[in-house]
Amino acid sequence: MNGAADLGGMMGFGPVVPEPEGEYFHADWERRALALTLAIGAAGRWSIDESRHARESLHPADYLTSSYYAIWVKALERLLVTAGLVDADELNRGHAVAPGVAVRAWSVDDVAGVLAAGSPYDRPAAAPARFAVGDTVRTRVLHPAGHTRLPRYARGKAGEVVRVHGVHVLPDAISRGAGEQPEWLYTVRFDGRELWGASAEAGLGVTIEAWESYLES
Amino acid sequence: MDERDMAGRVEALESILVEKGYVQPAALDAIIATYEHDVGPRNGARVVARSWTDPAYRERLLSDATAAIAELGYGGRQGEHMVALENAADEHHVVVCTLCSCYPWPVLGLPPTWYKSAAYRARVVLDPRGVLADFGVTLPAATRISVHDSTAEVRYLVVPMRPVDTVHLDEDALAALVTRDAMIGCAVL
Repeated sequence: MNGAADLGGMMGFGPVVPEPEGEYFHADWERRALALTLAIGAAGRWSIDESRHARESLHPADYLTSSYYAIWVKALERLLVTAGLVDADELNRGHAVAPGVAVRAWSVDDVAGVLAAGSPYDRPAAAPARFAVGDTVRTRVLHPAGHTRLPRYARGKAGEVVRVHGVHVLPDAISRGAGEQPEWLYTVRFDGRELWGASAEAGLGVTIEAWESYLES
Repeated sequence: MDERDMAGRVEALESILVEKGYVQPAALDAIIATYEHDVGPRNGARVVARSWTDPAYRERLLSDATAAIAELGYGGRQGEHMVALENAADEHHVVVCTLCSCYPWPVLGLPPTWYKSAAYRARVVLDPRGVLADFGVTLPAATRISVHDSTAEVRYLVVPMRPVDTVHLDEDALAALVTRDAMIGCAVL
């Protein structure tokens, strides 16, 4: 979707403000927001792409004026209500009204193993890759209402395939509950001038990862 | 919504989820401790220092970063599909996620606030030299800049150029020189 999260190329946000290494949180609630977001994933009610879609679906004015963990919290509340795990009335009251449904919850002993295992997104290939390293491709002009990982600044642009990653879960599909629909995934490199015109920095290249259905020859 | 409101809102959310049996407070504490104390950029610094000192390891890192990083014991969530990008005099790599905050957690830990900020995500793909200037970094005009927008589950680790006059240093001493920002591509060593 063309939401506020798709920021590449926007102007006016001012300078980037560096911060020291090791400063992960700026308030204790940010720690809890991170942990809650990860831990409730054990319930298995949504994919990482549904989480991303919930965040990008915040009203643009809300997204752009919220701190990053606040975006996570607001999206998590929506996901919980949509999944039927929490009632909107419970969020308003600030405590549970009805017992929870049966879901798996991580115990303290589960945490290290689950985080270390991760969850790979590659899947077996059902067909050969359409493109190879060195191929010239063009990204499609797509403006789906749902989730996509093709940023606006890179739509309808010619580039070169520089890596083939295997077959990966398609975010556009899994985020709308349509299954994984895995596709070949490529890294595509664009010349800066292709993206930004003649005023692009000399020598600039930008790469994105693009699923096969984002590309045409 | 101000800071105090968010604190109360998250406290309430945690209460609800605990009362309903969806999360366990001890597990939450363990998640926080993992990313606040155990998993951070010192992991990536070890990978970089090994790459500088062991040519065979460097080859493995550049050809299959996920496996090479796993050799040092690092992997898992948000590092399932790693690619290492080696900086050189003629090409400098910078990593971003313009769409959200994708970042290689097993080697760099949680991302800094600036990496997730609109200012960085919006501008680094368009004006990387301007962003680098915000970090006090000026690259030679002849150095090409490649910006890598992490739009899938592939995660990037930048291997900075080894500082000059470090031939006498061992791997631990080299690792101590490697900064988080250099492994994102926003600093040089």
